[in-house]
Amino acid sequence: MKLHVKNGRLVKVEGDPDHPISQGRLCIRCLTLPEYVHHPQRITSPMKRAPEDRGKDKWQKISWDEAWDIIVPKIKQLKKDHGAESIVVFGGTGRQACLYYYPLGFASIGTPNVCYPLSGWSCYGPRCSITDYILGAGYPEIDFAGTYPDRYDNPNYVLPKWIMEWGKNPLMSNPDGFFGHSLIDLMKRGTELIMIDPRMTWLGTRSKYVCQLRPGTDAALALAFINVIINEDLYDKDFVANWCYGFDELKERVQEYPPEKVADITWVPAEKIREVARFIATNKPGAIQWGLAVDENPNGVQLGHAILTLCAITGNLDVPGGITLGPPAALLGKWRMETRRNLSPELWDKRIGAKEWPALSTAMATTHPDETLDTLETGKPYKLRMGWFNSSNFITPTCSAQPDRWYRALKSLEFNVVQDTFMTPTAMAFADVFLPLPTFAEADGVVVTHFGRNAVFLGAINQALRVGDTKSDIEVCIELGKRLHPDMWPFDSVEDFFTKQLKPELGIDFNDLREQFVYQPKYEYRKFESGKLRSDGEPGFNTVTGQVELTSTLFEAWGEDALPYYQEPPYSPVSTPELFKEYPLVLTTGARKFTSFHSEHRQISTLREIDPDPEMEIHPDTAAKLGIINGDWVMMENMFGKSKARAKLTPIIHPKVVHATHGWWFPEKPGEEPSLFGVWEANINTLVPHKHIGKLGFGCPMKQMICKVYRIEEGI
Amino acid sequence: MSRNGLLIDYQYCTGCHSCEVACKNEHKIPRGKWGIKLTEVGPWQMEGDKWEWNYVPVPTSLCDLCEDRVKNGEKPTCVHHCLGQCMEYGPVEELAKKMAEKGKRVVLFAP
Repeated sequence: MKLHVKNGRLVKVEGDPDHPISQGRLCIRCLTLPEYVHHPQRITSPMKRAPEDRGKDKWQKISWDEAWDIIVPKIKQLKKDHGAESIVVFGGTGRQACLYYYPLGFASIGTPNVCYPLSGWSCYGPRCSITDYILGAGYPEIDFAGTYPDRYDNPNYVLPKWIMEWGKNPLMSNPDGFFGHSLIDLMKRGTELIMIDPRMTWLGTRSKYVCQLRPGTDAALALAFINVIINEDLYDKDFVANWCYGFDELKERVQEYPPEKVADITWVPAEKIREVARFIATNKPGAIQWGLAVDENPNGVQLGHAILTLCAITGNLDVPGGITLGPPAALLGKWRMETRRNLSPELWDKRIGAKEWPALSTAMATTHPDETLDTLETGKPYKLRMGWFNSSNFITPTCSAQPDRWYRALKSLEFNVVQDTFMTPTAMAFADVFLPLPTFAEADGVVVTHFGRNAVFLGAINQALRVGDTKSDIEVCIELGKRLHPDMWPFDSVEDFFTKQLKPELGIDFNDLREQFVYQPKYEYRKFESGKLRSDGEPGFNTVTGQVELTSTLFEAWGEDALPYYQEPPYSPVSTPELFKEYPLVLTTGARKFTSFHSEHRQISTLREIDPDPEMEIHPDTAAKLGIINGDWVMMENMFGKSKARAKLTPIIHPKVVHATHGWWFPEKPGEEPSLFGVWEANINTLVPHKHIGKLGFGCPMKQMICKVYRIEEGI
Repeated sequence: MSRNGLLIDYQYCTGCHSCEVACKNEHKIPRGKWGIKLTEVGPWQMEGDKWEWNYVPVPTSLCDLCEDRVKNGEKPTCVHHCLGQCMEYGPVEELAKKMAEKGKRVVLFAP
């Protein structure tokens, strides 16, 4: 991006036509960046508030030195009196937070408790963990020629014949290491799309096949595809014979999932299941891009396992135009995990939920999120006393299930620090000290796709301006770290820090990256043959058996079925028929819009003009039966909570399913308690129960609940 | 002298709104008004899995085809930022030729 600054103001944002991936294209969140940077409601200096004034707009501006003078002694006292484990760091997603909240906890503060408060860790983490256990690799991304400066024209590149989007709509979503509209580039060149989605999306109307399935039944569909591919002898025999473990067991397992049976479960016709399975098995190369719907499902580990199995038995792993594989950890993503060396083994052992959930705590360095809420509520195994919220506004309906329950539980914390760019409902409710963050226009940084787990490209972020008295995530980590654990922070400056991250692995320093803007590491295919996937340099995959584990040794060791299976959602027409009489619609949530990033951007008027209200999608036939017309305000309600939205009547959704958008709060409404910017009015996550997770600790039912819908007189 | 226009291949217009917002930025157009405005036709089911659902951005009388940018050798800002890269700028005769080659779901505007 090119940022134009005049007299201390960001006046213009322009895409860079020389960027190999974006080619100058920008989304509307980038295009409205000046509005965000100079928004009158931005918080641009540190503030404090007396604990008895929580929930009130009684803030007092302070300097950073004053902020450190409040925070540092408090942390020292808590560590001395109650142990460092009494402090918990909550991290949000996106911006640069993901890279820095682990080190903030482990190395700046010194606590083992770093928490991503999404029930069942249901975003990205499950997909990474499953890949680590089944393939011994980093994030499997579709090959979109991202590592080639000449992109699709590179002679080593092969165009995928098909891409299957499984529970993902990358045009609008935030795919971590994939430029969403690359999909359009590929379609123009002839790639066919296959959509696995409960809705007929716009992409669906441009696809070869659409499997419009019942929300949450994905694993059954994947197992039926495998059933057809194996039974019709269409699988890649060489790849299976040489590189896969446990094929016979898989073959036996999928006999339980014939297309006719799965058609009843998923609502996808049996003949379509066969056709799609034959198409993906007989056209090479091709790739499956998996989305959040894999994570937000208590049956998601089995679904992820089945999807990787499909990629493997169709011979599409680590080949041109197939699925690219990176290392399980690299660059800043590796550093953030390694900062835990600051903690003694005894302290590390106190990490909440780690012993109870080894499949989660082996791959993820965090607490178990649901156990963390239990600990807040019960004080067991010990009392949590301080919270640090890094870019996490999770009482809004973003990541936490039952945010109302978190809200009540978080009140027990005696001291809270919040880092954010705006005053949010979460900050208004809990912060004692507010530390303002700069936007990405205002601080130096590094973009590393997939957090290093498949670094398609790296980019430098060059500070263009700085509004007010803010400090970036890494600046806060270093400044606080130097005060509490100076040996962990031997960096003279932010620049020095980034150079020490880049140099050993890439041979370039931060200034080199700044001059190059974009660095595309060289990609090598078929690393399972060359020995470059394994730490010992032997051919194969970096798993227990050295092969792709169609049958998982680790899952079995952790008490889970070694093979994928289908399990009904916890609440559904099938699993809870009596409840379904009262709540007769399947509720799926969280499909993305172009206008926001989770709870961000609600105060950006250009974006609110496009999407002014929380929205729910309902089929016109269902709406007619309920007396609802397009644009009516409605309530969605179930046994856990209720949430308002404006009804959008649309045939793209099944008559038995409704969809609700997430992330809503209202910066224009009163901020003080009890309103908290209207955070409880359209809080769809209050309908999603706590701790309905899979056997290995991953997954939650955000995309497959049940509810009833009725018209209401008063909207928001 | 030839007129210039915008060719929109709406097979690939994803409805991302980038043209609208980039245009508002460039021409300082306030809320409630647009220099180019996205329209939506559909979605409705035709038969089976065949659906009609198109987005088409329509330039308004506030559009000057980014005269100033073009003078500086740049593309109009909507064309530059379009995420689907489905917009082209140029003399209408040339665009009409391209339009004929593309076939379905193409529209040419001469605002």
